[in-house]
Parts: sequence; C-alpha cells; structure tokens
Amino acid sequence: MLAIFFKRILLAIPVLFAVATITFFLIKIAPGGPFDADRAVSPQVLKNLNEAYNLNASNWEQYVDYMSGLLRGDLGPSFRFPGRSVSEMIATGLPVTFELAFYAILIALVMGVFSGVLAALKRNTFLDFIPMSIAMIGICVPTFLMGPLLVLIFGINLEVLPVSGWGQLPGDKILPSLTLGFAYAAYIARLSRGGMLEVLNQDFIRTARAKGLTERMVVVKHAMQGGLIPVVSFLGPAIAGLLAGSFVVETIFQIPGLGRFYVEAAFNRDYTMILGTTIFFSAMIVFFNLMSDLASLWLNPRSRDAS
Amino acid sequence: MLKKLSITLIFFILIAGCSGSDNSPVDSGLENGIFHFGNGSEPQGIDPHVVTGVPEHHILISLCEGLTIANPDGGPNLPGVAESWTISNDGKEYIFYLNKNAKWSNGEVMTADDFVWSWMRILTASLGSQYPDMLYYLEGAEEYHTGKITDFNEVGIKAIDDHTLKVNLKSPTPFFLGLLSHYSTWPVHKETVLKHGSIDDRTGEWTRPGNFVCNGPFQLKTWELNNKIVVEKNPHYWDAETVKLNEMHFYPVSNVMTEDRMFRAGQLHLTSTLPSQKCPVYIEENNPDLRIDPYMGQYFYRLNINNPYLTDVKVRKALAYSINRKLLVERVKRCGQIPAYSFTPPGSNGYYPDTELPFNPELAKQLMAEAGYSESNPFPKLEILFNTNEDHRKIALAIQQMWQENLGIQVELVNQDWKVYLSREMVGDFQVSRAGWIGDYEDPNTFLDLMRPNRGNNKTGWEDLEYDFVMQKANSTNNQEERYELLMEAERILIKNMPIIPLYTYVRAYQLSPDVKGYKPHILDHHHPKFIYLERD
Repeated sequence: MLAIFFKRILLAIPVLFAVATITFFLIKIAPGGPFDADRAVSPQVLKNLNEAYNLNASNWEQYVDYMSGLLRGDLGPSFRFPGRSVSEMIATGLPVTFELAFYAILIALVMGVFSGVLAALKRNTFLDFIPMSIAMIGICVPTFLMGPLLVLIFGINLEVLPVSGWGQLPGDKILPSLTLGFAYAAYIARLSRGGMLEVLNQDFIRTARAKGLTERMVVVKHAMQGGLIPVVSFLGPAIAGLLAGSFVVETIFQIPGLGRFYVEAAFNRDYTMILGTTIFFSAMIVFFNLMSDLASLWLNPRSRDAS
Repeated sequence: MLKKLSITLIFFILIAGCSGSDNSPVDSGLENGIFHFGNGSEPQGIDPHVVTGVPEHHILISLCEGLTIANPDGGPNLPGVAESWTISNDGKEYIFYLNKNAKWSNGEVMTADDFVWSWMRILTASLGSQYPDMLYYLEGAEEYHTGKITDFNEVGIKAIDDHTLKVNLKSPTPFFLGLLSHYSTWPVHKETVLKHGSIDDRTGEWTRPGNFVCNGPFQLKTWELNNKIVVEKNPHYWDAETVKLNEMHFYPVSNVMTEDRMFRAGQLHLTSTLPSQKCPVYIEENNPDLRIDPYMGQYFYRLNINNPYLTDVKVRKALAYSINRKLLVERVKRCGQIPAYSFTPPGSNGYYPDTELPFNPELAKQLMAEAGYSESNPFPKLEILFNTNEDHRKIALAIQQMWQENLGIQVELVNQDWKVYLSREMVGDFQVSRAGWIGDYEDPNTFLDLMRPNRGNNKTGWEDLEYDFVMQKANSTNNQEERYELLMEAERILIKNMPIIPLYTYVRAYQLSPDVKGYKPHILDHHHPKFIYLERD
C-alpha cells in the first residue's frame, strides 16, 4: 500500500506541473487584464502598473519567473488586492472552507449512510421509498435553491437561525453546512443503499446470520464494511468537490472561504490568484482521490491482500 | 450510534438556533453604538492613493480625512483638516489653514508637510495610482507625474509653515474644494508608509490592522478578509466629540439577495444596494426601510464613431430619437430612475442642461431615410455590447425592441464577461455598448471632461475640436455663471453630435434601518460617519 502511495505521489508531480502550465497560458489568452477598469487608466499608469507586477516581460519570462517562485513555495502577490500575497489569502480562506466541508461531509455521511442502510434493509417498504424520494429531491435541488429556501424558513420566517456569516453569531454555521451537506447526503444515501443491497445477498452474510449473529452485528460488522465501499470511493472526489465547489454556498451565506477567492479571481483576472488557487485545488483533488483509493483498498479484503 | 448522532445534531440546531434569535446585531448595535454596514464587495485595500471603488470609499471616509469634507446637506464642502481657507481673486491660489487640533490616529499633530508628501506620493508615477489626474489641476502636477519635470518643488503645493498650505492651480477650478473630499487627495502618514516600504510601494503592509495610521474619525481595528472590517472611534480625531458611533462593521456582501436577507433578519443597518427586482415590490408595499436617493450617475450607450455604419450623425440621432426613455424607467427599471436627456445629470451643483432628446419615431425614420436607408436598402444588423448582467440585458432587450419597431433595424445582443467587455470597449471592438458613469465630484466637469479628445474614457472615437475649445474656455474662467453657460454649450455640441445616447439618471436605492439617524441623501453618496448615529424612535 505504501508503494502505491509513493507511486501516486510521484505521478501527481507532472499532473500539477501540467495544470500550472496550462492554466498560466490559458489566462494569458483570456481577453482583458487585471488592471482594466470601468474608469480606464491612462496608458502611462497602465505601463507603471504592468511594470510593478512584471507584466511587461514576455510570457515566457513571466512563466519561468512564476514557476521558479512556485518551486520555492511563493505564489506571488495578488493583483486585485495590493499588499496581499496569494499564499496569505489561501491560508486565510482555507480553514473556513475546510471547516465548512468537514461539517457538510459529516452531515452527508450521517444522513446518507443512515437512510441508505435503512432503505436497503427495509427494501420496498415506506422506509425505503421515503428516504430515497427525499434523496432524489436532494440530488435534483441545487444548492442555490436549497440555501435560500432554508434561510427563508429558519432565518426569516421562524427566526431561529442567522441568515449569513461564519462564526460571528451563534448557530450561523448550521444552515450552510446543511445546505452543502444535503446535496451530498442524497448521493451517499443512494450509493449506500445500492452497495448494501449487493452485499446483503452475498454468501458471507448468510453465513454470518447462520452462525447466529444478531441482525445488528450482521449489518454493522459484516454488511456495512463491504456495502459502503462505493461511498468511500465517492468520498475522495466529493471532498475535493466540496472544497473547490463551495463557492455557491459561500456566496449565499457570506462565508469567507476559499471558493469565493477562486471564482472572483477569474472574473478579476487576478492572474496569480487564479494560478495559486487552481494549483492548490488540483493538489487537493489529487490528494483526496488518493486517500479514497487507499481507503477503498483497505476496506476491500481481496485488494488489501493482493497489495 | 447513527441515531444518537442524528438526535445530537437536531438538538444542536435547536439550541444554537434559539440562542441566536433573542438579540439581533441591529438591536445590540443600538445598545453598543455599532453600525452594521453592508458594503458590497471586499475592498481591494485601504491605501487611498492606490485603491478605487465605492466599497473602498465607504471604509476610507471613516478612516482618513482630507482638507475638506462633503457637506451632508449638499452644497459647498465643510472644513476637514483645513479649518479655513482663502482663494485669490483669480481663483488660482488657495491658502489652507490647518486645524491645529488635527492629529493622526497615533496622536501626532498633522502638518502641512504631510499633505505635500502625500500629494507627491500620488503623483509618483511608479506608484501606479489610478487617480493622479484628480490633482492635475495643480501647476506642474501632470508634468511631474508624466516625468516632464523631476523636481517636486515645481509642483503647485507648498507648506508655508506647519499649519499653512499653499496650493497653486493652472487655471481657476471652481470645483477644486469639492475635489478635496475625494480620497485620492487625502493624506497618508509618511513615517508609517516608509516604515513598511518606499514611497511608491503598492504592496507595503502599512494598511494592516496594527500598522495603519490615518486621521479620520475612526481607526482600523480588525480586518478579516471577505468577512468583516471593524473600525473603532479614534480618540485623537479633532472633532471626536461629534462622533457618536463607537464602531462600524463593514460586511463585504457581494450577493445582493444575501444582503437583502441579512437586512430583513436584522443583521445589517444599511444595505449597499437592492436586488433590482425587489425595488418595485418594496415601492408597492410602501416598505418604510426603502430609500431612493438622487445619485450623480448616468446610464448611457456609447456609439462607436469609427464603425462605418455609425459615422453618419443622422443614424446616431435616429437611434437616440427612437428610444422611449420614459417607458424604459417606468416599465423596465421601475425604481425611481429619471429619463436622461443630457450627459450630465441635471441638478449637479446647480447645473441644469437645456438639451433635448425627443422620442420621435417619425423624425427618426426620416433621419434614417436621409442617411440613405430604406426598405430596399435596410440598415445592417446592429450589435449591442454589454457586460453579463440581468439588468443590462433587460435594458438592451427593451432598446432592441424599440429599434426594431421604430426603425426596422435588426439588433443582436452580445453579453460578455466584465473584463472581455472592457477590453472590447477599449480597443473599439463594438458598435453600441452600454456604459455608466458616476461623478467623482459635484460639478458637470466630471462628466463633460470625459468626452474631450484623448480622454481614456471617451471610447467612442468622437473628437471634436469645438467641444474641446469650449471645455477649455469653460475651465479657464472664474465666473461660475459664464462657466456653466460654456459647459451647457459643450453639452449641446455633444448631444448634437450624439456619440453617446443618454438613457437614464441613476438613483441610489438601498435599505436603511429606522434606527440610523443623520444618514442623509447625498448626490455623490458621501456620508461622513461623524454625522451618523443610532437611535430608536
């Protein structure tokens, strides 16, 4: 397993290098620059601004400059926010985004696995139909609708939860975590139901029952271990998706996470910020995919023995 | 186990939820003197010589102060750091007498030299400030900024003594005192700036909490990126007695719907704007929190004069005359906007342009015919460029329909990402493009100067020597009546040539808690926080 880990880490280096290179040149192709503004600046000022950020050099020189900085761990200064470095801004937004993703995935797992397993055990009963119908709604309703709906109910009508913010008012983390978690809970519920149904019909479950184990032991100890492998495989990309894709929830709930920096950087042509966040998120995706692959390997006895 | 977790989670929701419902930030703000301010977007920074933008201005006006401040009741500016001033008879020399109690937030006394150094900083080309032209009215300022002279002593600003400042202008500039309430002319603390970088360092960390020193009614307390900026009362401010608020909390809420919900839930005293679709609803409901204030901004369409189909002034006029502006504001905007018949919004510092822009489809058709277009030779398809935004689309759709109905012209709507739109406008890659302009100071010059030749924001390709001459003449006279007459003449030349089509005058629509007092309508949206206080009726 360790060999697989190191092999995948080595493979990640050229992937990230390619991501950095492609992103660098793609943003140079995009029309408009970081200093284009509604109130156009004079050519003299533009020249000075470009000089201050080394944008007068050729693309190739800028690329070499950026990549050598990247190797030293320097992601450069933000163009949009003078006086702020990209690393500093990522470091500011990351803990918030991580925290949001953590709560969301926790909610998704608790809700998803519970209802998925229950649905599988009570197949073709109301306890199957109701959670699975809700899950289907969860998959279909986008977060940009779910968020405002929850705010309207709990924030404006019932007045029990704050409508926005993060860590400023008591309970302000609940609605965003639920909004983000609910969408993933729906996927997890369907995946765990499918996985459990497959496993519950297998011989080793019958053996477990035959040897007199309680139903709870059969489900928790034997069935869930195999039945939840699809969920574990899904978790890697899901966590990466949660980190990179929380922009909508961050915007709806006014959360100072990384997702907003990422998307707004693209609109602002904040070159270094786009590059920094893209490379960072790519690294996250590679890392969490690797983690989920390793966890799947470990959960599956056959592949565990083979490795 | 799972059941237990779920129950815990629900319990957590209920407990946390209930505890938060008793006292909203607006309620607690009233008790503690904290003003919760919806501020649009995360400010680029708070270096007054580097940043541009409305959210930045809202924060800077609480942190720093110039020689004069905007009058909350409209009219001439009030004393800021300068307690009084004299103007020479020719209107070209200003002597400012600084308030001897004016201090920096670290307690140091402010001197005239602080202004000399600060203005030298913004005119230092390598700083890359986007507003150096605000000081181009000074003798030698433009020359210093563009490198034609290198000795700052040749620029028209001198410290006569610690508390007396002399400013010499190139020509009488009646709106000069108004310019001084713009943040680009505000002072920065020399020692603090130099401690964290050089005079032309854009990226110095002097603006961080703990480092930042300025001279406004508040001082910087905390700054959480994308979350909140907190400023607290500055005890060293010369007029600290007038300041009633203890703190101001600025929230960078970029999503207007979120901001609206925050206001409704009592998390904000003031919103930066209003979701456009909600404005008519709130008007109908007589929402007591809704405010619609006059605003010195104009929404207009630029016509690219270099486009072969738009070179003929008759075509440009036909396009302008076939737009029903009244319908546009009543049916599309529906938020108190005013139809525009001039480039400068009427009422800017007593200036009422007399230009006319009739809605006359018959005349428009006739002009098109005179330009050589008929059913047998139809006008080619026209493109309206705008940045992606639902409100701009609605306007464009209405105009598309008016041009199709009234002139039989096929119109295509092209929406582009903000930066692509700007870049296309800049290189002249458009036919008709939507535009907006907000005045920097309360004088028609802030609009009319835009259309002079070689101005970066003209963007239409229109250059008229007569217009330039009249503008030059207007700005060299010291007689306000004569000056306004000349500016009106320039306005007439502009509307006669129609390189732009004025559509409507903006309004500032927002929501304000009834607890907020002293927040008066201001045409430039300048609200000095020392006049604002919280009180429940």
